[in-house]
Amino acid sequence: METSHLAIEVSGLHKSFGRTHALDGLDLEVRAGEVHGFLGPNGAGKSTAVRVLLGLLRADSGTARILGRDPWADAVAAHRRIAYVPGDVTLWRNLSGGEVIDLYGRLRGGLDARRRDGLIERFELDPTKKGRTYSKGNRQKVALVAAFASDVDLLILDEPTSGLDPLMEEVFQRCVTEERDRGRTVLLSSHILSEVEELCDRVSIIRKGRTVESGSLTDLRHLTRTSVTAELAGPPDGLSRLPGVHGLEVRRTGPGQGRRVRLQVDTDKLDAVLRSLGASGVRSLTSTPPTLEELFLRHYQDEAPEGVSAR
Amino acid sequence: MTAAAFAVRPGASRQLAGTGTLLRFALRRDRLLIPVWVGVNGLMVLTMPNTLKSLYATPAARADLVAQMAANSSLRALVGPVLGDSLGALTAWRVGVYAGALAAVTSLLVVVRHTRDEEESGRQELVASGVVGRRASLTAALLTAAAANAALALTVVAELSGQGTGGALAFGLGLAGVGMVFATMAAIVAQLTESARLARGLTAGVLGAAFVLRAAGDAVTDDGSSALTWLSPLGWLENLRPYAGERWWVLLLFAAAVAAQAVAAYALAGRRDLGMSFLPTRPGPAAGRLGSAAALAWRLQRGGVLGWSIGFLLAGAVYGGLTEGAADLVGDNDDARRIIERMGGQAGVADAFVSAMVGMLGLIAALYVVASVLRLHGEETSGRAEPVLANAVGRLRWAAGHLLVAFGGSALIMLLAGAGFALGYGRDAGPILGACLVQVAGVWVVGGLAVLLHGAVPRAATAAWGVAGAVLLIGWVGPALDVPRAVLDLSPFGHLPKLPGGPMEWRPVLVLLLLAAALVAAGLTALRRRDLKL
Repeated sequence: METSHLAIEVSGLHKSFGRTHALDGLDLEVRAGEVHGFLGPNGAGKSTAVRVLLGLLRADSGTARILGRDPWADAVAAHRRIAYVPGDVTLWRNLSGGEVIDLYGRLRGGLDARRRDGLIERFELDPTKKGRTYSKGNRQKVALVAAFASDVDLLILDEPTSGLDPLMEEVFQRCVTEERDRGRTVLLSSHILSEVEELCDRVSIIRKGRTVESGSLTDLRHLTRTSVTAELAGPPDGLSRLPGVHGLEVRRTGPGQGRRVRLQVDTDKLDAVLRSLGASGVRSLTSTPPTLEELFLRHYQDEAPEGVSAR
Repeated sequence: MTAAAFAVRPGASRQLAGTGTLLRFALRRDRLLIPVWVGVNGLMVLTMPNTLKSLYATPAARADLVAQMAANSSLRALVGPVLGDSLGALTAWRVGVYAGALAAVTSLLVVVRHTRDEEESGRQELVASGVVGRRASLTAALLTAAAANAALALTVVAELSGQGTGGALAFGLGLAGVGMVFATMAAIVAQLTESARLARGLTAGVLGAAFVLRAAGDAVTDDGSSALTWLSPLGWLENLRPYAGERWWVLLLFAAAVAAQAVAAYALAGRRDLGMSFLPTRPGPAAGRLGSAAALAWRLQRGGVLGWSIGFLLAGAVYGGLTEGAADLVGDNDDARRIIERMGGQAGVADAFVSAMVGMLGLIAALYVVASVLRLHGEETSGRAEPVLANAVGRLRWAAGHLLVAFGGSALIMLLAGAGFALGYGRDAGPILGACLVQVAGVWVVGGLAVLLHGAVPRAATAAWGVAGAVLLIGWVGPALDVPRAVLDLSPFGHLPKLPGGPMEWRPVLVLLLLAAALVAAGLTALRRRDLKL
């Protein structure tokens, strides 16, 4: 069995609550040592999947392995190597943030005190305040410090930065990068696309409890179109006949032969287009890769026709 | 170009703006709680005259009851003195203490729920940002409590008017008066603490003190004239004397207390910021020593255990101190003397008193065990259990921490009640401590039911309060009524040996302990198998 390179391995996972099918055949593979983005619209089943992976909910059917273990039967042993930050952090009103950080660390089997103090400083957290007096962002910082300071193999972060300001967001991104450099695996569920783009090696997009796309960002980009604008010395030749070219516009730029060309092209057909443009003498060229937003919109929108989502 | 101007209306600050909307909203949120509460009380009052009529059909039988009560200080401490022998008077006597306590509990829950609970959860912030005056929320909460108490009073008056309108009016208004005293008391306490739980606990503590004072006063006098009784709002209800020569001026006591407390609550509320309190949260340590789920459970519950411990120790000491006096008080009544002798003379009366009081503390300890077990439910539904269980903590270990506090704590408070009792009584402590510990078996069965409910039907976990309420009702009101034996047997406390005085029977105690263990085991098994409620 060659499973050791997968930190999380889920296939065909189903979970319903009454008549709601929260997970409807979810597949997910997270390789050891990668930062994996977990994306999907609200209510897609991200948190349910995370809770099944943590053994808090029991799947109706399908298989799930986390760090090579069964998340339900072997929960406690698995949790020793996992740190979790929930999307909505609730604290005890009469415990200080520092007490909660240390409690979580000890319940997991110890945490690095030096690292903890360093993180508290970097996140500018006051650990003496008590539960209710923290803002949403500060409650998240408490959970983040506890997670980053612990000695684990896998971090599961469920929309961990929704309350952080941009400065703290940067601290968070640096921490995740450091975790990856230390060889840890991170499952990051997020809506902040710049964050995902910056941090994640691979992403899985889920919708209605099912995985609709999975792969590296580069892979996914190939599935969409790149916009190209070019100024040419002469009229283009045969562009419209090239496969994968959409929305071609050609305009004169002056009295001479100069032309301005705008087009969209399937990203895997970009090469042929550039050759064709080069033959006409390129004066300037801008090429815009598909944004993550376009990727998401394509998958998030209900029955989005392709032309609309790729714009 | 001129900037657009906002229309600023001069005039009053409209401190009560939005009260009507909030009141309707509060009544809608309480649409189950209030009718159920009025219904339970109403049913008790409605059935009582007929039950009493069948039990004490003739005036002679009723006179005999009055004589018995004059002799029986322990029953008086439980349910108050009999002040008249009409059916109305007996009904007010039999229902009064329980209905009054229930009115107080419901009123304080309603007020805290619509004030401090809303602030603590952060919901109030959104409400207060609307067109809502500074005093609207407190006013709406008090009006909700007032509406509930008015509904109760009307029901009681309608039900009892057949026995005479004057007494019905006095009793109904008295119950509502007790309710409103504790509603306004809760309104004050809700300004003092940041935690709704603490506000409820402190107000319930005041209610407990009021109960102990009334019981102490009634143990040493047979007409409610003791100063101890007059210190307690529950004693005022009794001294209003429904159907026994109503003392209408006692209603002024209620009115004055309600008015004074409401003024104080508004004054405090006007002097603080939203979400803040007069007992503010102090900063805590930057590093913690908590290292296990059990330590966390103890840390979360230790305040409650401390409060209950102090309460039980004091209650035990007060009742212990009264035991001698209660046994001495026989009066010139021949019937009473005969009854006392039948009960085994002075020592027998003292034992009976201790036994009744210890039994009552056992019933009240059932409330502690339910509150403590249901912390599991609170931790789970608030989302605080989720990250704990995502650590290397199994569900059993997580639950075990809280159950240790719940079950160990209930044994502790009963032991402390026994210690207080023995100190106050000044006789040898062994039998009293034994009597207290026997109660623990009954308490644990109620706790076991709560564990089972939380494990097997988490959505209905709070039904455990209903279990505790039913056990209290059976133990408190049941014995003097013509309730079928099968109903009385539903309460675990009915099976316990009557100690001290009676013979110790191990069998029922062991059976109850086994039952409690089985309930806990079933509840934990179910908890391990189900999804968490997140």
